[in-house]
Amino acid sequence: MSQVPSDLRYTKDHEWARDNGDGTISVGITDHAQEALGDLVFVEVPEPGQLVAAGEACAVVESVKAASDIYSPLAGTVATVNATLADAPERINEDPYDQGWIFSLTPADPAAFASLLDADAYARFLEDE
Amino acid sequence: MGLHTPLYDDHLSLNARMVPFGGWDMPLHYGSQLDEHLAVRARAGMFDVSHMRAVDVVGDGARDFLRRLLANDVARLREPGKALYSCMLNPAGGVLDDLIVYYLGTDGQGADGYRVVVNAATADSDLAWMLSQADTTLQLRPRTDLAMIAVQGPAARELAARHLPSGLAAPALALKPFFAASGAAIGAGDWFVARTGYTGEDGFEILVPADQAPTLWRALAADGVVPCGLGARDTLRLEAGMNLYGQDMDTTVTPLDSGLAWTVAWEPTERVFIGRDALIAQRTTGTFSPFVGLLLTGRGVLRGHQPVLVQGQEAGMITSGGYGPTLGRSIALARLHPGTRLEPGEACAVEIRGKPVAARRVAPPFVRQGAARIDLD
Repeated sequence: MSQVPSDLRYTKDHEWARDNGDGTISVGITDHAQEALGDLVFVEVPEPGQLVAAGEACAVVESVKAASDIYSPLAGTVATVNATLADAPERINEDPYDQGWIFSLTPADPAAFASLLDADAYARFLEDE
Repeated sequence: MGLHTPLYDDHLSLNARMVPFGGWDMPLHYGSQLDEHLAVRARAGMFDVSHMRAVDVVGDGARDFLRRLLANDVARLREPGKALYSCMLNPAGGVLDDLIVYYLGTDGQGADGYRVVVNAATADSDLAWMLSQADTTLQLRPRTDLAMIAVQGPAARELAARHLPSGLAAPALALKPFFAASGAAIGAGDWFVARTGYTGEDGFEILVPADQAPTLWRALAADGVVPCGLGARDTLRLEAGMNLYGQDMDTTVTPLDSGLAWTVAWEPTERVFIGRDALIAQRTTGTFSPFVGLLLTGRGVLRGHQPVLVQGQEAGMITSGGYGPTLGRSIALARLHPGTRLEPGEACAVEIRGKPVAARRVAPPFVRQGAARIDLD
């Protein structure tokens, strides 16, 4: 059974979002997603300053099997990116919720964060999927 | 639901991620495809390849039948146990399948016997084609009573030999590359060990009676041979520069379009094989596709169906691409348009998600026996 930390929010595309408390939101992919993708070998992160729409494909993770788009959970501006993934994409497999974060963004509407799935809802979604 | 090999329950108990493949439910990996790949390069891994089909061709005229059926020439097989890689073509030269044929020697009546091992997805259509081309004096026996385990890696032969029936280990260890030994002489008639494989490493492919396959599999696992899925099998064969049927070639292309001209026996010229006229016409006019290896020098991962750009112009397509775990780089096989000039070492580009990314032509194999065979700088 995959990990679904209770302090994060989620999307049905298997991204997680963390409120950093400083006006930014970190984004990554869930344990379920990394497990389904298999060993990751390449990550393409967005550009800091890039404007993204909610649900917009703005990063790519590639596993030994295939490439998958990562969709921004919220509209906003990309703040920082996890540059360490360029040389160590396996961090997403090993630690999807912490070292494997992909990018952070400053949401256009901070209140939108609360509209994402909470951990219980995402866990139920995984069961139904 | 697909067909199950005799090792299906073992795959489930090893928590394999199962996927449909060629009509079968097969293991993709048992946790980490990368670890499995590297285990084969470093020591030894094993693959359930029971979905592949062995067909014994026996009876009067078996030799002449296969000389007509296959683009390579079984007359090259003079010693019992010797193996040959070949394409089987349709009359237009299109590749129906690629296969390995083993010479089994002559039976008591002096008739030659052969064992042909074909791909899973094409097994039924292959057999139908073979039957349509065969005389009634011939017998084609699909050996669905046998399972097949490939044990591959630098330590594979030594580890596998420990678990062969007594009396078969010594002849197996004495095999030269691309030879096989049967257990018939020592009363283990259906065991068949070949020093062949699909990884670029040394090793065996072992045909074993289906009911004995789980015992062999578990004994190998207990000896530290790492179970490997189709995922690792694919990255290993790609690094080894070996084509995969259905991806790198199919009925719409010929061996000449697929980097497999070396498998076509043009001599003796009087041998008539199916597809020969088409290949000769293609060779004469030079209208075949260069089939090349690529190394990605920019960032990303090469994948099948990505366009290849030469001098900025669309010049072909990747047929197999991926990440090469041994190299830590992305590599591919690609088919270029006839007449395209791209020399080994020359730069090109591959279109990834709409953007050109730098690549270079290299000569496969990319990896052999654990080591890079291409310049990565």
